[in-house]
Amino acid sequence: MNEIIESVKNLSIGFNSQKGKQISILRNVSTNIKKGETVGIVGESGSGKSTLALAMMGYIKQGLFPLKGECLFKSEDLLKMSSRELEKIRGRKIAMIPQNAGQALTPNLKIGYQIDEALKLHTDLNKTERDKKISELLNKVRLPSPETMAFRYPHELSGGQQQRVAVAMALAGKPDLLLLDEPTTGLDVTTQAHVLELLRFIAKDTGTSMIYVSHDLGAIAQVSDRIVVMYAGEIVLEGPARKILKEPIHPYTYGLLKSIPKLSLAGLPTSMPGSQPQPGSINEGCSFYDRCNLANDNCKKNSPDLEHIKELDTNVRCFNYKELINQNNNLQTSITKKSNNTEVNEVLKLKDVSISYAKQKFFDQLLNKISDQNPTVKDINIDIKKGETIALVGESGSGKSTILKSIAGLLKTKDGQIKFDNDRILSSDLKMRNPNDLRAIQLIFQNPDESLNPNHTVEQILSQPLKLYFNLSGEKLKKNIIDLLKKVRLGEFYMSRYPRQLSGGEKQRVAVARAFAAKPDIILCDEVTSALDVSVQAAVLNLLQQLKEDLGTTYVFVSHDLAVVRAISDRVAVLYQGRLCEIGPSQNVYKFPSHPYTEVLLGAVLEPDPDIKPKLVAEDIVEEKPPEKGCSFQGRCPRKIGDICNSEVPPWQIGENGNAIRCHINIEELASLQK
Amino acid sequence: MLLLILKRIGLGLITLFIVSLITFVGVEVLPGDACTTYLEREAYGAALDACIKRLGLDVPAYERYFDWASNVARGDFGYSLSGEMPINEVLGPRVKNSLVLASVSILIGIPLAIVLGIITALWRDKLPDIMISTITIFSMTIPEFISATLLILIVAIWLGWLPGIVIIPSDATFYQLLSNIILPVVAISMIMTAHMARMVRSSVIQVMASDYVQMAILKGVPYWKMVFRHVLPNALLPAINVVALTIAWLLGGVVVTEVVFNYPGLGRLVIESISNRDLPVVQALAIILASIYVGINLIADLMTLMLNPRLKSLQIRK
Repeated sequence: MNEIIESVKNLSIGFNSQKGKQISILRNVSTNIKKGETVGIVGESGSGKSTLALAMMGYIKQGLFPLKGECLFKSEDLLKMSSRELEKIRGRKIAMIPQNAGQALTPNLKIGYQIDEALKLHTDLNKTERDKKISELLNKVRLPSPETMAFRYPHELSGGQQQRVAVAMALAGKPDLLLLDEPTTGLDVTTQAHVLELLRFIAKDTGTSMIYVSHDLGAIAQVSDRIVVMYAGEIVLEGPARKILKEPIHPYTYGLLKSIPKLSLAGLPTSMPGSQPQPGSINEGCSFYDRCNLANDNCKKNSPDLEHIKELDTNVRCFNYKELINQNNNLQTSITKKSNNTEVNEVLKLKDVSISYAKQKFFDQLLNKISDQNPTVKDINIDIKKGETIALVGESGSGKSTILKSIAGLLKTKDGQIKFDNDRILSSDLKMRNPNDLRAIQLIFQNPDESLNPNHTVEQILSQPLKLYFNLSGEKLKKNIIDLLKKVRLGEFYMSRYPRQLSGGEKQRVAVARAFAAKPDIILCDEVTSALDVSVQAAVLNLLQQLKEDLGTTYVFVSHDLAVVRAISDRVAVLYQGRLCEIGPSQNVYKFPSHPYTEVLLGAVLEPDPDIKPKLVAEDIVEEKPPEKGCSFQGRCPRKIGDICNSEVPPWQIGENGNAIRCHINIEELASLQK
Repeated sequence: MLLLILKRIGLGLITLFIVSLITFVGVEVLPGDACTTYLEREAYGAALDACIKRLGLDVPAYERYFDWASNVARGDFGYSLSGEMPINEVLGPRVKNSLVLASVSILIGIPLAIVLGIITALWRDKLPDIMISTITIFSMTIPEFISATLLILIVAIWLGWLPGIVIIPSDATFYQLLSNIILPVVAISMIMTAHMARMVRSSVIQVMASDYVQMAILKGVPYWKMVFRHVLPNALLPAINVVALTIAWLLGGVVVTEVVFNYPGLGRLVIESISNRDLPVVQALAIILASIYVGINLIADLMTLMLNPRLKSLQIRK
């Protein structure tokens, strides 16, 4: 167990800036990987975690080069090897499981060929043995019908299946060390839990060492024996997984853990101020100085070394870590939300809304109707009260964003009505809505990189809605923009900046400010935090909550992340295949009894706690189309009771907590089943 | 799949039908008709009547169109005015000559372009790339009538290695042609090759930066194997359509080059028949050039469909 497989020594990797300065992305990193051990490398985007992981395979991305240090694999330096020598090690001794298997599998080659290629390179098996091995491997990663799977092309598989193929390919060469670069990011919650479970099984079964790189402490917590926390290209904390997650003694890790929304915890997570410094911007002192609440003058001038604390078996890079040793009990706290959901009048009603993506046939186009018997979204009834935050939650394909687009008027409804403001019917066609209705409903998108015009300054971006809806100009316009920036905690000097000069969190703040510029009644939030780092996500969530409390706005919040939804919403609607499964006050939806699908989702959530294991109760394969009749969840339901589920749409049942569940099983029976 | 091919062919035929209509209507609405343009100052009285009767211009336009169109569909373009001989006989050798010129250019140009594109992409920003890229960008910017003239000046006049203009009859044999077409081929393929090489280069560079190529490297696939199995099939696929467009665009280049070199091909016939106001021949040429254009694009589309597994399975599922 103590045999060291790979050891990184004082590794620095960097690039030459345009001004000819050497800028390092990775600074003086040293760590050891032992045999049979799984090491989690965690950090936010730009922390250098992927660069480190790739360097451990002797791979340096184009434009970067090693400045000093070495990567020793079985006491040979990978960074000094020729490409010929590296080919012998990659795939055979160290194998990689990439982040996005959909893009990492060559599109024109069949699955079987791609696995066979690895086998041919790294084993001495003959053709028939290899064929046998391929189906063995596909079987091992639990892919359905491994015999025919080999003849498929990557695009014919679902995201989870592609990831499994990548795992099979990595195992083909029987490597001593597996490198996993965000292997579950981008997958659905249930798929993610299944893939992680598979990886854990493989680690145990083959005794392979693993390096697991992720930004997601929840996933890291499930697989790692040891955790390395990276910040701004340095290791700031390293130690046994349980210790790091339960008693983090570095202020960054502590703050990071506190900024993750947790299922078990109502209320908003605490955010960290600021964001990670850009490479090359740190001249002296601790790289975490700006954001640290333990910082003093010493931290500003001197940068701390990685210090080994023997009794905790931990390395930490902080002068003041002792202050954190005994105060970790308050990791489980959160900010309570003030609910201003006192008004009972409904501001928006969705009545029997159905939406279809089916292409209109010629005659239907003439008659301007949509004849789709099995539409993507069907029978949605939701009444949204003024001042509440209602969340639509579900996996990809659940129709949550589709509903949002229809409310915004970007997508025509097939049937049903959207009523706004005293039961006035809103046209489903954007062009037919009056300007005041357009102003009243605003949208914030997932990715601020794409929703902000890169050629406009922040001032131009924010002045557009102000000019359009309120005809402001001159001094008044400027004053309003400054006010808006102040509301989203950005200074006046941001006015002249372009989106590319802002960090991800700042960009999303500008997008929030733009939505609020219209003084809207309802803001539709489409996965607004999923492109952001955890610590930034917490800050944006807090900002949204604050603005709502101050201005009384109503949010319709779409997300796949149940913990985020738990943190921000007052009410939750759970969707599967475009049909409502459950709706109710959020504290009750997260309690049992709940709809079997909610149960599956809640079970799959990964918490940053090694003691809370996900419960896998259903298969992770989603049907391509919603079933024509019966319950939408019939195909995957772990509690299916029989034919009635396939033939009849389940009735709504209202539990004593006030959450409505659409299931054939009696609600009391569900409660006793789910105990 | 078969249905799709038939659908594409059908669309191509519709395009051709529209082209034939436009050319016919275009000729029709021009002031004067075939007889007045042909007879010029003698276009009056009995001579004109006789001509109109002979060419059948006295029947209504739509009838003439259907007559003409159905003949064309059978491969008969009617009679040329100037030579008073069947257009098919005029066209035949010219088509052959141009085809030889174009196909030799393509056969040399495309493989050369692909090789150059790959070399420049794999040695990106290194010496081979810088040298080849400079030359390709340079030759892309010179129009072929200038490069053709320069070629004549340097190779034919100063060095005297090759004949400057082509002096062969239009019914020359294949071997006669080959020895005469070196300079025209160079002039035509220069721009085309340069365009395609740039295109292949950027396509290969893009694929080299993809996740799956990084994955192949990290899987331990040797460099050249990776290039041939993982990079090229994916990089050349989008190039097929560009190649088709380039070939179609080459038709225009052929016209200019043929005139400069006095080469007896379709291009020169276009210029000749326009200046002779030989309207039936112009009509016939328009149809032929349009068919080549449609045909090449059709082949390119079908090839992409066959070679791209993603599109193929999409079609089958439908």
